[in-house]
Amino acid sequence: MAKITLDNLAHSYLPNPTSEDDFALKELNHDWDDGAAYALLGASGCGKSTLLNIISGLLHPSQGRILFDGQDVTHAPTAERNIAQVFQFPVVYDTMTVQDNLAFPLRNRGRDEAYVAERVQEIAKMIGMEDMLKKKARGLTADAKQKISLGRGMVRKDVNALLFDEPLTVIDPHMKWELRTQLKKLHHDFGHTMIYVTHDQTEALTFADKVVVMYDGRVVQIGTPEELFERPEHTFVGYFIGSPGMNVLPAEVDGTTAKVGSQTIQLAGGYKPTSGKVEIGVRPEFAKLSQTEGLPVTVRRIEDVGRHKIIRASFEGHDINIIAGEDDRVSADMNHVSFDPAQVNVYVNDWRVAPDGAQSVGEAA
Amino acid sequence: MDKTVNQKAWFLVLPVLILVAFSAVIPLMTVVNYSVQDTFGNNQFFWAGLEWFEEMLNDDRLWGALGRQLMFSGIILLIQIPLGVFVALNMPKKGFWASFCLVFMSLPLLIPWNVVGTIWQVFGRVDIGLLGHTLAALGIDYNYTNDPFAAWVTIIVMDVWHWTSLVALLAYAGLQSIPDAYYQAAKIDQASRWKVFRFIELPKMMGVLMIAILLRFMDSFMIYTEPFVVTGGGPGSTTTLLSIDLVKMALGQFDLGPAAAFSIMYFLVILLISWVFYTVMTNLDKREG
Repeated sequence: MAKITLDNLAHSYLPNPTSEDDFALKELNHDWDDGAAYALLGASGCGKSTLLNIISGLLHPSQGRILFDGQDVTHAPTAERNIAQVFQFPVVYDTMTVQDNLAFPLRNRGRDEAYVAERVQEIAKMIGMEDMLKKKARGLTADAKQKISLGRGMVRKDVNALLFDEPLTVIDPHMKWELRTQLKKLHHDFGHTMIYVTHDQTEALTFADKVVVMYDGRVVQIGTPEELFERPEHTFVGYFIGSPGMNVLPAEVDGTTAKVGSQTIQLAGGYKPTSGKVEIGVRPEFAKLSQTEGLPVTVRRIEDVGRHKIIRASFEGHDINIIAGEDDRVSADMNHVSFDPAQVNVYVNDWRVAPDGAQSVGEAA
Repeated sequence: MDKTVNQKAWFLVLPVLILVAFSAVIPLMTVVNYSVQDTFGNNQFFWAGLEWFEEMLNDDRLWGALGRQLMFSGIILLIQIPLGVFVALNMPKKGFWASFCLVFMSLPLLIPWNVVGTIWQVFGRVDIGLLGHTLAALGIDYNYTNDPFAAWVTIIVMDVWHWTSLVALLAYAGLQSIPDAYYQAAKIDQASRWKVFRFIELPKMMGVLMIAILLRFMDSFMIYTEPFVVTGGGPGSTTTLLSIDLVKMALGQFDLGPAAAFSIMYFLVILLISWVFYTVMTNLDKREG
C-alpha cells in the first residue's frame, strides 16, 4: 500500500497539444492518502478513465510525475507498480478454473506453489467463492467474474492500490448493492488504497471517504459527500450531485443581498462587488414553497417520488426545483419560493466564492 | 400449449422441398442409380447390386488416392492454421496499414482457381518460370514434372499461398473482438507474451479457428482444379488426389458404375469427417463452458 502523489500531471492524446482544450486531463496536483477510499466521479468523457490508466501505468502522461510513496514511477511499466485494476467488463481467463485465475498473477511472478495455494484459499474466502474454486471461469455470472477479477488484484499482498473502472456497470441491480457492500467491507478489513471511477453519484457517495469530482478534464472538487452536497465548489458539482441538481440562477450580488431578476433575496454573509458571470446556487432541499414569501414563481409540475415531492417551477424564465416532504401541503395558491439564506452559494464564473470576498479553495485546484 | 394440427402447412414447405430436390437430391440419385448398375452401351443397364462398391473397396488405386488426399489435407492444415494465426497476430490493429493489409491479403482469395493453377504452373517451370529457373540457377534440383517431392512441394506451397489469407482474416476478426481491457489486465497480472496468447487470444479465437479448420479441411479434401492444372496428377499418380482420380475414372475411362460408387463413398467420407470435426468441436466447447 502506498501514498500516490500526482505532481503537475496532465495528459493529451494528441502528439503536440497546443491549447488547454487539447488536454484530456488538465494539470493536476493531488495526493491520494494511503489506505483511503476515493471515488472519481464525473460524466462520461471527463477524463476519469484517463487519470486511472495513468495511475495504473497503462498510459504514460504527457507531462508531470506520479510518485508512489515518494518514488517516481512515471515511466515504470504496469507490472512494476503493483497495481490491481478491475475493469468495466469482467476480465477473467475463460479457459482457466477460478483457482487458476486467482493464482495467475502469483504464478507469473514465480511464487512457489505452496504459497500460491495458501493465498488463493485466503482470497477465495475473502470474496466468498471457496466452493467454486474448481469451476471453469467461463460459465460464471457477471458478478462472480467481477469478484474473480477483484480477487486476482488482491491476491498479491504487496499491491499498492486497487483501481476500479466503473466495475458495476454490467452487474444486475440487486447484486450491485451486495458487491458494493462487500467492497466497503474489504476496504475496512484490509485498508487498501482504493480509487473507484464511476458516473453514478449514489455509488460514489456510498463507497468513498472522499469523492473527487471531475469535469471537462479537470478536478473541480475533492471532498466528503457532505461537503459536496452542502458546499459545491463549482456549479457542475451542484448540478451533477443531487437529484435533482442544484438550482443555479443568474444574479447580481451586492453586500448581503442578491438581485435575481426583478427580485432581491437575502444572503448569509457579505460579498464584495464582483465581475464576471455571477450566479447563485441553492439545492432544491433548501428551497421552500409558500404563499407569500420569496420569489414569485409559476408551478409547472409536481412529481411525487414516494418519500418526497419534486416541484418543478419557473421564475422569470429560469427553472427552479423544490423538494418538499411527503407530508408537506402543496396547494394551488402557493406560488412563491424562498431559500434558506445559509444554504445559498454564490458562484463567479462557475466557481464558488466564500462570503467577504475570500477566494474559495476550489479555484486554486 | 396445445398445438393446432393443420396439414395444409405442408404446402408451405413444398417450394423448399422442390428446390432441394432439383438442386441436390435428384442429381445425387442419378449417381446412386449408376452405382448399382452396369452398362455395355446402347443405353442398356443391368442391375449390379453392390458389386461396384465391393470392387472399389478392394481397389488399391482408391486407397492410394485417399491416402494422398489425407496427407495433402493434413499438411496444408498443419501449415495454414498456425501460419494464418501468426500473420493475424502481426497485422496492424488499426489505421491505414490495417486496411491495406486486409485488401492485400484478400487478393489471392479473389483469383479464380484455374488461374492460380496456371500462375504456379508457369511460375515453377524450370525453363521460363521465375521460381523454377531461379531454383535451378541456385543449383537446387527442382522439377515438378518428374520429381514427386518437388510436385508435392509445389502444390502445397500453392495451396498455402492461395488460402492462408482466409485463415488469417478469420483469426484477425477473432482477435479484433477482444476488448483492450483483457490486454491491460494481462499487463497488470504480469503475463508473458506466450500466456497472453495461450489464455486470452487463443480462447477468443477458438470459435473462428474451428470454422477455419472445417472450411479448409472440406475445401482441401475436394480440391481439383489447382493441382490438376499444375501437375495433372503426376508424375505417375503421385499427386493424383481423390477428385482427380474420380474425374479420370468417370470421364477419362468412362467407367460410370465404379466412378459413381467412388463418388458416393467420397461424399460419405467428407460428410463423416466433417461430422466428426463438428461434434468434437462442439463438445470441446461445451466441456469448457
